[in-house]
Amino acid sequence: MSRKITIEPVTRVEGHGKVTIHIDHEGKVTQTRLHIVEFRGFERFVQGRPYWEAPVLVQRLCGICPVSHHLAAAKALDVIVGAGTGDGLTPTGEKMRRLMHYGQFFQSHVLHFFHLVSPDLLFGVDGDPAIRNIIGVAMKHKDLAVQGVMMRKFGQEVIKVTAGKKIHGTGAIPGGINKNLSIEERDFLLKGDDPLNAEKMVEWAQGALDFFKGYHKANKDFIDNFSRFPSSSMSLVREDGALDIYHGLLRAVDADGKKILNDIDCQDYLKYVGEEVKNWSYMKFPYLLALGETNGWYRVGPLARLNTCDFIPSPLAQKEFEIFKAYTNGKPNDMCMHYHWARLIETLHAAEMIRELLNDSDLQGDDLVTKGTKQKEGVGLLEAPRGTLFHHYRINDDDQIEMANLIVSTTNNNIPMNNAVNYVATREMTGNHEITEGMMNAVEVAIRAYDPCLSCATHAMGKMPLEIKLYDENDNLISKKFK
Amino acid sequence: MSNKIKFKIDGVTCEAEKGQYIVDAAWENGIYIPTLCNIPGIKPQGSCRICTVNINGRPMTACTTPLLDGMEIENDIPEIREIRKAIIESLFVEGNHFCPACEKSGNCMLQALAYRFQMMAPRFPYSFPVKGVDASHPKIIKDQNRCILCKRCIKSIKDEDGKSIFAFYGRGHKLRVHVDPELADKLTDELAQKAMDVCPVGSILVKEKGFDVPIGKRAYDNVPIGSDIEGNK
Ligand code: SF4
Repeated sequence: MSRKITIEPVTRVEGHGKVTIHIDHEGKVTQTRLHIVEFRGFERFVQGRPYWEAPVLVQRLCGICPVSHHLAAAKALDVIVGAGTGDGLTPTGEKMRRLMHYGQFFQSHVLHFFHLVSPDLLFGVDGDPAIRNIIGVAMKHKDLAVQGVMMRKFGQEVIKVTAGKKIHGTGAIPGGINKNLSIEERDFLLKGDDPLNAEKMVEWAQGALDFFKGYHKANKDFIDNFSRFPSSSMSLVREDGALDIYHGLLRAVDADGKKILNDIDCQDYLKYVGEEVKNWSYMKFPYLLALGETNGWYRVGPLARLNTCDFIPSPLAQKEFEIFKAYTNGKPNDMCMHYHWARLIETLHAAEMIRELLNDSDLQGDDLVTKGTKQKEGVGLLEAPRGTLFHHYRINDDDQIEMANLIVSTTNNNIPMNNAVNYVATREMTGNHEITEGMMNAVEVAIRAYDPCLSCATHAMGKMPLEIKLYDENDNLISKKFK
Repeated sequence: MSNKIKFKIDGVTCEAEKGQYIVDAAWENGIYIPTLCNIPGIKPQGSCRICTVNINGRPMTACTTPLLDGMEIENDIPEIREIRKAIIESLFVEGNHFCPACEKSGNCMLQALAYRFQMMAPRFPYSFPVKGVDASHPKIIKDQNRCILCKRCIKSIKDEDGKSIFAFYGRGHKLRVHVDPELADKLTDELAQKAMDVCPVGSILVKEKGFDVPIGKRAYDNVPIGSDIEGNK
């Protein structure tokens, strides 16, 4: 007799997901699936809209990292208006956008670590849900909670001065940006009252990273081995191999570190990346064409980025990168929970980059927009907090969008997240016919490491509606658990 | 001999030229009566009704009614405010207004009026009409989803012979404003920009530019619509 277990909904992820687990009569897990049952439809409803509307329209995909969509769309449209890619923009145009992106990166990573992950670390994965949340953190570890809130606020302020608004602004326009950074805005971020200034953010980012490293030392087995499995990694890298979250070439390495996608031009992504559709999920399954649907999957996001890049172009983060790399003897890191470590190194990098950019007088320039020979099609890639984000548009002769293709970060991590769930299910369910609390928690922790954007802040408020259903081979519901 | 006459708005005694339209007279006196279809200097038509006031106890449009000596006008009173709010709400539900992605947002009179009159959710059901986008003109896009049929473009965008470049097509719920195909090539860059500026909503968009004024610098980002008039007091 085989049985099917459904966990629904998966919480602390943006949106709605459910997990089904099939077990045979001996209790052996035969199949696990993470189903994404939400449908957004943005690719369809931008069709017919004027192309310059896209960056403002598509950012509504998300309330956590709208800037990523805003900028990826703008980058694709840079190509369409003939401004080219990367250094095609004016220095002010490009650096303002970078500042916006680092601000966004910083606030998103901070949100994830402090609000969503720190409760698990401070109170234990199996800790009492009543306190295992950000309110619990605030009560017991006030300093940490304050840092989390203030760091996020700082990131939001960076977004505000570059995009005009903390959420869903309008800064990036095809070919550039619609504003520069005034001296007052610069000084507000650079010399603002403690703690809201760039210097403090670097210090606190380092502090958060040190906190994690301390936790790692004390919980080595869990952090190193929980939901660990090898995979390929993909991300953008700068031409010289540096970590670059705003612009670069597309690189992928396999589990041994061998390049399987050798720094390709993003405009050509369709030659290398395919997407498979499965009938049980609205989320597609991207893969590298050269390796096929079965073997071509890869990880994206913080862990993947530190696996693909050669170095980090800011001193403090580079020092941490070296420690991180040394831990695996320079080999790609396949430890799922090290996503958190990598994310905090990137947080430090973002803080350093914000500080550096604020000191750059190019941000006060007046030359904001570049245009050239118009094209019909453009691709924009960037590294969103959760991983590589693809935006691709084609326009008609009347300047309306006629085709849009978006591969969002979480979609890129679809198979890794499925594997993570499978890992947990196999470990927790094998020989076990009861759905345990520990299993529910473990599934969440495994998925959360990827910071998927099917996520919601529910957990942050201490609630975790999670439903597991157990079916027999005839799909009869034989057990159900809800919390 | 002076043509000045006295009249009252909400109990305040004002002075203006006899025969002036009430809206113009009120504005000169620093009192804001909202307008939408009206363009100062062009013959008023009173089609949107947003300027409705009580004149000697009867609701009438202030943009089309000439001033008479001793008129008693009620403007900023709950009853009139409610009528205006209902008009704004009806304009929203009759189109497809998704302000978050609209490039006129912050510069849009309809949106600004909705803020000023504190519209929350419209009282009428959304009609979600299928209206489409006409992008065929090389210089502008006409987004019919946002058109409120105010005729401002028809009245003010003319070729050198005085012919309107924009025109009404269809009837009833199929009524649309389009560029007159015979005059399409008369729409110069300058006139295209003027048409976009005169459109009180985001229905006429000059191609290939948008969102170029940052948030914070747009017309109604910092002060409600009508503040400039009230500043004349
Ligand atoms: S035209 Fe005005 S009211 Fe309509 S969507 Fe645009 S901003 Fe909103």
